[in-house]
Amino acid sequence: METKNVMIVGVGGQGSLLASKLLGHLLLGCGYDVKVSEVHGMSQRGGSVVTYVRWGDKVYSPVIDKGEADFIVSFELLEAARYVPYLKKGGVIVTNTQQIDPMPVITGAAQYPENLVETMRAAGISVDALDCLSLAAQAGSLKAVNIVLLGRLSHYFDIPEEKWMDSLEAIVPAKFLEVNKKAFALGKNI
Amino acid sequence: MKELMLGNKAAARGLYEAGCCFISSYPGTPSTEITEEAAKYPEIYCEWAPNEKVAMEAAFGACLAGKRAFCGMKHVGLNVAADPLYTMSYTGVNAGFVIAVADDAGMHSSQNEQDSRHHAIAAKVPMLEPSDSAEALEFAKLAYELSETFDTPVILKMCTRVAHSQSVVEPGERTVPVKTYEKNIAKYVMMPGNAKRRHPIVEERTAKLTEYAETAPVNRIEWGTGKVGIITSSTSYQYVKEVFGDTVSVLKLGMVNPLPVKLILDFAASVEELIVVEELDPIIENHCKALGLTVHGKDKLPIIDEFSQSLLAEKLCGTAKESVSLNVPVPVRPPVMCAGCPHRGLFYTLNKNKCTVLGDIGCYTLGAVAPLSAIEMTLCMGASVSAVHGFNKAGDGQNEHHTVAVIGDSTFMHSGMTGLANIAYNQSNSTVIILDNSITGMTGHQQNPTTGFNLRGDPAGKIDLEALCTAMGFERVRVVDPYDLKQCDTVLKEELAADAPSVIISRRPCALLKYVKHKPPVRVDAEKCRGCKSCMRIGCPAISIKNGKAVIDNTLCVGCGVCTQLCAFGAFCEN
Repeated sequence: METKNVMIVGVGGQGSLLASKLLGHLLLGCGYDVKVSEVHGMSQRGGSVVTYVRWGDKVYSPVIDKGEADFIVSFELLEAARYVPYLKKGGVIVTNTQQIDPMPVITGAAQYPENLVETMRAAGISVDALDCLSLAAQAGSLKAVNIVLLGRLSHYFDIPEEKWMDSLEAIVPAKFLEVNKKAFALGKNI
Repeated sequence: MKELMLGNKAAARGLYEAGCCFISSYPGTPSTEITEEAAKYPEIYCEWAPNEKVAMEAAFGACLAGKRAFCGMKHVGLNVAADPLYTMSYTGVNAGFVIAVADDAGMHSSQNEQDSRHHAIAAKVPMLEPSDSAEALEFAKLAYELSETFDTPVILKMCTRVAHSQSVVEPGERTVPVKTYEKNIAKYVMMPGNAKRRHPIVEERTAKLTEYAETAPVNRIEWGTGKVGIITSSTSYQYVKEVFGDTVSVLKLGMVNPLPVKLILDFAASVEELIVVEELDPIIENHCKALGLTVHGKDKLPIIDEFSQSLLAEKLCGTAKESVSLNVPVPVRPPVMCAGCPHRGLFYTLNKNKCTVLGDIGCYTLGAVAPLSAIEMTLCMGASVSAVHGFNKAGDGQNEHHTVAVIGDSTFMHSGMTGLANIAYNQSNSTVIILDNSITGMTGHQQNPTTGFNLRGDPAGKIDLEALCTAMGFERVRVVDPYDLKQCDTVLKEELAADAPSVIISRRPCALLKYVKHKPPVRVDAEKCRGCKSCMRIGCPAISIKNGKAVIDNTLCVGCGVCTQLCAFGAFCEN
């Protein structure tokens, strides 16, 4: 099978590492070769952060390049737009509609672009946009945004739900499991 | 059982399985997790040393005592530890000694892009270079074997993409070989007479290691269908396989110092076109050229930044993947000081007093970023303190009343103390500000000698910064709370005006530390806010202007109160 690619993008501190850990566990459990590449250090301080998840029969490079991502999972709308060039033709962006102003916007040196979802769709991109914060709140914790997004992503995968639940149980601490299962279901079924 | 493992964690697993018993390191991205992960094995003694030189020397002592030892650092850390390294090459080891150095091509979190292979060549020590997590584990174990077989320290060279990528590994069992210490002055006392007798041994060792490299299993050829041959190593190997698959022949080098000769000549003779694919400097390429080979390398591929599969496809095959771009400008999102960061109030005060700020390495380097734009120089660990002395001496009295050095607590312990000794000794009227946030922040919260806790979080010795500075001869040592802008301003003005060197300790724990209790978010009184934007000058990610009024992001604000103190209209209120 051809190597598949998911990019997880967001703002440093939003919890993308847990999402990649869960995907890695899931895909390894499905028998694939898997590579996950993360960024640590300075860019984690509120900067734009990227995690790459790749799987297939044999995966070589740990990174995903322009035009290669089958999916971009974004925790923040501007970050989804930033990484559009990495999307493969026919790929899908699954994004949270939350907006977090970067420093140039806060200081007034730049504008946060309006109607980004429409702009991306107008460029011919499949965008699956959802208000993950509200769904996470509905599930019982604002921190469950990452699991809402994975629930939505699962909708596009040919992997049985039990396997997702196995990975959820293996990765998420027991006391948060129920909230996260709820978040997963809300993301998947919206 | 197969496991998905971070490269650094896999290296730590390799150390564990090889029977490593002693680790002393200094944190530095992308190397930090090797030591943090190793510390999860109770069988291994692990510590953070004040700097890389101390770490390497401590680990050398342990290897001398007969235990397999390790120290880990980032590429620039090896500059600090170069002094012991170059002479350890002469003494050799007793039990195995492995050094991990993590390069940062692309400078994700570093101040330069140096290529550590130069150190291995110059120090004449072998260097192994894994290309994924499985090799990180395997090569860490092999490094100990080579260290003891060839009587040499061995460098395990990581890079960001190997260190911070997870791939599949199969962990094994731990075995612990131990040696006894025997007095051997001729081997371990490197004074001229002895060192003269050791140098030929080093050269003979390199010859033997070169011979080993010719048939070492870690240097392997993967024959392909085409006529092109590629010599590569590390993460570049992964990009080569991704782009070319089996259509080219690949000589994959796991040992990058010393490099084989016959193996490369034979490989070159079997292909029609030879290309070297290596990140940063043309080290393998120059080796090939010195062997008289015609080879492509830096004529096609860049000497700066990291590689990727697309870069190789574009530069070597002229192909590019189709991609979409949007016709709207997407604002950049640079890293920023966190909301509630104790450094913010101090930098605001330095700006207000129009100070010339010589900076250092840590989170507070972000004080150079707009809108604070306060720091005017950052070079390397400890340079702020040493440089402010020279800047003031050369200024003939013109600089000292507006110039300061800023340095974090961990960086101060690393190499700020010696610069401070120079100020005390050679008497410049310098003001040094120690930003004491009670942790090593940037690398992800490691303890250091000022925090009172060790690597595993247990109580440990605690250096008293005030007493230390006083003991060095500083009569003016002041402590301020960076959340208190008025106090910061008063003390800064007094110390800059004084005709004596001084140290100001700006003390408040990092806002991200778990034990730090925060106040509720502040509230904006919209009637009082005039929209003057003076609060925007502190670059707090929790404050923005919406419809002409300041707005607080309640999910970010930790109620530090810096904004409440600088608003002239009292628009920010505590909740």
